[in-house]
Amino acid sequence: MAKDRVVVVGGGTGGTLAANLLARRGVRVTLVDSTGWHTYQPNYLYLPFTDRVPTGGGPLFSRRVNGLLDGRVETVVGEVTGIDHRAGRVQVQKGGSLPYDWLVLAPGTAYYPDEIQGYREAAHHFYSQEAALCLREALASFRGGDVVVGVTTIPYKCPPAPLEFTLMLDAHLRRLGLREKTRIHFLSPLPRAFTIEQVSEMVAPIMEKRGIEIHTFFNTESVDPGARVVRSLEGDEVPYDLLVLIPPHGGVPAVRNSGLGDRSGWIPTDRHLLKVLGHERLYALGDATDLPVSKSGVAAHFQAEAVAGNILAEMAGRTPAHAYTGRVLCFAETGLGRATIISFDYQHPPRPPFPNRVLHWAKLAFNVLYWYTVPQGRVPLRGVAELEERRGSVGEEARVGH
Amino acid sequence: MVKADRVIDARGAYCPGPLMELIRAVREAARGDVLEVLSSDSGSKRDIPAWAQKAGHEVVGVFPEQGYDRIVVRKAR
Repeated sequence: MAKDRVVVVGGGTGGTLAANLLARRGVRVTLVDSTGWHTYQPNYLYLPFTDRVPTGGGPLFSRRVNGLLDGRVETVVGEVTGIDHRAGRVQVQKGGSLPYDWLVLAPGTAYYPDEIQGYREAAHHFYSQEAALCLREALASFRGGDVVVGVTTIPYKCPPAPLEFTLMLDAHLRRLGLREKTRIHFLSPLPRAFTIEQVSEMVAPIMEKRGIEIHTFFNTESVDPGARVVRSLEGDEVPYDLLVLIPPHGGVPAVRNSGLGDRSGWIPTDRHLLKVLGHERLYALGDATDLPVSKSGVAAHFQAEAVAGNILAEMAGRTPAHAYTGRVLCFAETGLGRATIISFDYQHPPRPPFPNRVLHWAKLAFNVLYWYTVPQGRVPLRGVAELEERRGSVGEEARVGH
Repeated sequence: MVKADRVIDARGAYCPGPLMELIRAVREAARGDVLEVLSSDSGSKRDIPAWAQKAGHEVVGVFPEQGYDRIVVRKAR
């Protein structure tokens, strides 16, 4: 066991935590990451509404991965270009190949804007630093008209983010005195605003009260930058002056090229044990998997605990028995200084409390505390989840709108 | 009983919804194909027929099973 080498692909929330948990138990771990930076992506949501500028010391909301890793983890910076699981080797661009005995895949997702005709010419998003800064510029010169915020393909990362963005945009335009000159449209591929019914039921009346028009069963097919309209599979079209579309997501090229993904490049993964289906000594976690839960850091966090536990069990000759329960927990901003919390697992749908100020401050606090707790596995997140749920359910009933 | 060309097992899924798995399968299927979705999400038996109607496909039926529903749709265009 001591000589077995685990390679972890991806230095995000799940990969970093899995590497740390294994290294602490004496396992030899190498983590390979394409940039060497660990980015707290939830902060991109706020970027279009702030004047935060990159300082030149690296990307925003980011720290070096090796600074977050246990000193015993070896770090390799480079893009993984291929995975040959039969040979037990990971190909790294300009870095040769890394041999392994066990592999943990946590490479996250890639964006495929070209899946929607016209996307590149016309659409903004806030799912990367670069895009969020462009959107900020577009928003700064916006003087009223039709704003369209749309979900294109499902799944995508951080499911509540488009709703949060829309509600924050509404609040932003109110502050600037532009709200009365603006129609806000929200496009959903589903019959309601959000995938999860219980969340939709909570948020739809808030959107209605804020005057946001929800277009349901709108599966975006194309954007026409000339006519300034976005069109759906179902035959509808909506005009825009400012267009914000969540980019189509898919698996990363390394997974697709190695044949380990499904048609979208998601890795078929056992829902509970997190073993890659049909393979031994191969685990996957986080956004890269095909698990039927949110693509979010919190899911990756819980999954990392199960993956590390199962690899340790297998190394010791035992049957892996650390089950991921489908647990997801996230704070969701609703604008105007309020937030709610969405918490569920495979067996229990969420019951989000009405948005309140306590949860907004909890979300802001977590955005900072993240760095000191999550990647190192210092937080018993299960306990925090229960505490926040209880707190949320007794939170103040807040008024919506002005 | 109509035999399905493809069965989409979306049991246990709340997010992404079983509906999206069906929409994806419909995009990939040939006209006339019968698609069967297994879903334990209580909303599916209402949402999936509603989408199929809006998008012009035939709802063959919704069949309750032990702890889940079987929703059968025929791609009509």
